[in-house]
Amino acid sequence: MAIILFKNRTVRPLTGNFAVSEAMRQINPDVVAAYPITPQTEIMQIFSSFVSNGYVDSELITAESEHSALSACVGAAVSGARAMTATAGPGLALMWEILGIASGMRAPMVLQLVNRALSAPINIHCDHSDAMGARDQGWIQVFAEDAQEAYDHLIQSVKVAEKVYLPVMSCMDGFIVSHAIDRVSLLADEEVREFVGEYKYPYSMLSKTVTHGAIAMTDSYFEFKHQQRLAMDEVKKAVEEVSKEYKELLESQGNLKDWEIEKRVLKFVEPYKIEDAEIVLVAMGSAAGTIKYVIDKLREEGKKVGLLKIKIFRPFPYEEVSKYLENAKILGILDRAETFGGKGGPLLSEIITALYLKGIHKPIRNFIYGLGGRDFNINHVKEVINTLERTLKGENTPFLSYINLRKDYLDTLQK
Amino acid sequence: MWELGAVIPYPGNSEEYKTGNWRTFKPVLHTDKCINCMICFMVCPDSCIIVENGKMIGFDYDHCKGCGLCAYECPKDAIEMIKERG
Amino acid sequence: MIEIRWHGRGGQGAVTASKILSSAVIAEGSYSQSNPDYGAERSGAPLKTYNRVSKKPLTLHCMVTNPNIVIVIDPTLLDEVDILEGTDENAILIINTSMTPKEIREKYNIQGRKIYTLNATNIALEEIKRPATNIPMLGALVRVLYELEGIPKLETVEQEVIDTFGQKLSKEILEGNLRALKRGYSEIISE
Repeated sequence: MAIILFKNRTVRPLTGNFAVSEAMRQINPDVVAAYPITPQTEIMQIFSSFVSNGYVDSELITAESEHSALSACVGAAVSGARAMTATAGPGLALMWEILGIASGMRAPMVLQLVNRALSAPINIHCDHSDAMGARDQGWIQVFAEDAQEAYDHLIQSVKVAEKVYLPVMSCMDGFIVSHAIDRVSLLADEEVREFVGEYKYPYSMLSKTVTHGAIAMTDSYFEFKHQQRLAMDEVKKAVEEVSKEYKELLESQGNLKDWEIEKRVLKFVEPYKIEDAEIVLVAMGSAAGTIKYVIDKLREEGKKVGLLKIKIFRPFPYEEVSKYLENAKILGILDRAETFGGKGGPLLSEIITALYLKGIHKPIRNFIYGLGGRDFNINHVKEVINTLERTLKGENTPFLSYINLRKDYLDTLQK
Repeated sequence: MWELGAVIPYPGNSEEYKTGNWRTFKPVLHTDKCINCMICFMVCPDSCIIVENGKMIGFDYDHCKGCGLCAYECPKDAIEMIKERG
Repeated sequence: MIEIRWHGRGGQGAVTASKILSSAVIAEGSYSQSNPDYGAERSGAPLKTYNRVSKKPLTLHCMVTNPNIVIVIDPTLLDEVDILEGTDENAILIINTSMTPKEIREKYNIQGRKIYTLNATNIALEEIKRPATNIPMLGALVRVLYELEGIPKLETVEQEVIDTFGQKLSKEILEGNLRALKRGYSEIISE
């Protein structure tokens, strides 16, 4: 039995990667299979030391590629084992074939994605191209703003996955979150173990004779895909149940403030100062934190600015989104991924769909930012808000713009 | 039929799928020539050779597709392929 | 919120010192981030690493572009990198040098800003027997931060140094580091 490290709750200075490793240690999964890739490598390095020291009972499989690592997780999951893996950018790209197999076989598991740009040019830093490339593969996708959320999302994801028999991709921004030390509040080991409980899978290969991965041709494939759509419809209820339980756990010792608890509980969206906001930004991941800071400053100047942070991208919360965006005068959608040739980023498409479904039509601008880890700081948030203000005043502004392109590059476009 | 993820939750289900009507020729055993060497048993790709008490006693016509491997390999010509009645 | 930028060279321990600072602030119940500027790390190459320190929760997740405090742990960097980049005249500079703040101001023609100096190389050589300037400079930074924000206490930082190095260094070297930390805290020179 795994050694208990934290008998009590504790606050620690941890990088995102370390926080996620601690969550994995406390979850104590049966099987972990992975292949190293920056900026994820550290998670598996830390976790493998937990394995060596007997802090977990997990079987660690060091696969020869990400494709194999995820395949091992699928096999483990349908054998009735709680399986986990972690990867980043190109590693997720190599897993692509197995992503659909995991969700198609309804194998619940959790993948920690440390968001990284896709090549070429080769780049190790953050953007959301990896996750967005996999958005239609039948996985639940959760995005964290900081190390604390990454820790809490991972623990809750385990239960959500096992309720609906779907795999979950829990995402955090590479380097910005994964490699920065932040203040992370951890639960006690026993609390997490009790919360995640025992994994019970009805078709375990180890407990009875079953066929997994059977062929399904024109006569039946279609129905199984329909089942996956129905399963995604169940996610809302599952998230509500799991987050309610997690909230009760967080509240149980009375040592956490209300805002801390609200932040740590898994939700589809997090509105920030949105009630009376005329200008509303929509964003995912670490950028949301920077935007909140700017909103606080601008609110002091009397500007009515708000944010809608999307925490769960798949299944996309269309109803909640349209409800929160209904009253804004203008929207700024921030995408950390491209769709080259599409009208804008992937988040833009979803927001427009959400609005259309409610018959809402209002000014909207799309901003592509932070590809390959390009900094997105206070000034850039202000630039976005300024563009939206000018648009509201009737000025002609582009529908889509890239934020923080280099000046020397822009100069070449003038020629 | 519609188990999650196309799982088939019970074993041996391929037996339920009858392939006997795929045949054009069907094997017939001449017991007088058969020496029970079990070569047909080993080569049959569909496990259609019925054996009882160490003796070859006939064919599982529900699943035999009539490939003729058993007849081809029989060292004593004890298996004959005859045309199915149309 | 105080934003800090460290200038050092690969292998001099700026990143480690920055992590110790964040750990100490968090241990006291406040908020801090420590974020190295990742690129191609090479021993001896100039590098930057950043901290944010605050009594309130931090939500910023961008690079520190306008630091309140710039700390330079290697004097040779003064001629090589723009240590004033992104700072305004209210910024604080803490520099490892044998010169006085006045001499630095004149030599580099620095307008405004508050300059502190510390002969960290000397302290490191005397106490640790090698030019590990990160820890004495951390001591100097803690003094400035404590005067500004009231966090972190020197004792908390001492404990973090023990936690960070206790397993890795001999007792003698660890004690040298602790003496260097305290000397940095007390020997810092202001204008």
